[in-house]
Amino acid sequence: MAAEKFTVETSLIRLFAQALGDTNPVYYEETAAGMDAGGVIAPPTFIQASAHWDPDYPLRWQPGKPWNGSGPTEGTRVERTGGGTGLHAEQHYEYHRPLRPGDVLTATTQPGKSWTREGRRGGTMQFRESVTEWRDEAGELVLTTRSVGVTTGKVVTSEKGDK
Amino acid sequence: MATWTAENVEKGAKQSKVVADGLYRTQIVQYAGASGDFNPLHTDEVFTTKIAGYPSVFAHGMLTMGLTGTLLTDALGNGTLRTFGVRFRSQVWPGDTLTATATVTDVIRSEDGTLVSLDVETVNQKGEVVVSGTATAAL
Repeated sequence: MAAEKFTVETSLIRLFAQALGDTNPVYYEETAAGMDAGGVIAPPTFIQASAHWDPDYPLRWQPGKPWNGSGPTEGTRVERTGGGTGLHAEQHYEYHRPLRPGDVLTATTQPGKSWTREGRRGGTMQFRESVTEWRDEAGELVLTTRSVGVTTGKVVTSEKGDK
Repeated sequence: MATWTAENVEKGAKQSKVVADGLYRTQIVQYAGASGDFNPLHTDEVFTTKIAGYPSVFAHGMLTMGLTGTLLTDALGNGTLRTFGVRFRSQVWPGDTLTATATVTDVIRSEDGTLVSLDVETVNQKGEVVVSGTATAAL
């Protein structure tokens, strides 16, 4: 995650909770006041939505920038993954306090470890870790995220494809 | 409200929840819109089948983790999580039904409160593990 700044808002919390099918009243401002958290808080994986605030986020179509999905053609294979596919291998969160609407967070990302492994289905797998610290306007650490991505030598199929 | 509390939570306790009951492509698109991750592998059936070579679009790993997280907040209450981490083990496809299970592996009671450790696992309708991991919560 490379958003440098992320403002937490009730509308985006609502959209995020709806996408998870989560009717927990704590995510909706009309019902959150009487809840255990004392108002709206964000769901545990909500920080992913900071991608909206990243001006260069590569997994969002943007005018004037190349996009590999279908449209004029059936799409374009992404060569940066070596003809295979980049996938998310692990995600870890350490919560220091809940995120609330009005929080203005800033992120600092450091690369972590990297390693390779021979996979059963995907050929040689290259793993890369990144660690992001999210701080509020007071400079207090509110959330630490650790993400592990993997790129593989060929398309990974787990269920419908190769059995 | 939370079903596990500082008073009643015990090591070995277990809770399960069906977090997806026949996943629709539309929910994957909703998650793309909410999270901002519009990777064509999740949103573009033409690209994913004809160019990337998969049998269909598939769910974001983070959608499955988010769905799994709804079990934790149902069971442990809001704002109690201290850590939550998973490995993505298998892909989740349209039509899948997912069941998340949380198992209490440790409970430490002290003057500062009750710290609960859990194993978390979500399986599909064939019993295949799609995500597995751990969480801790302060109750």
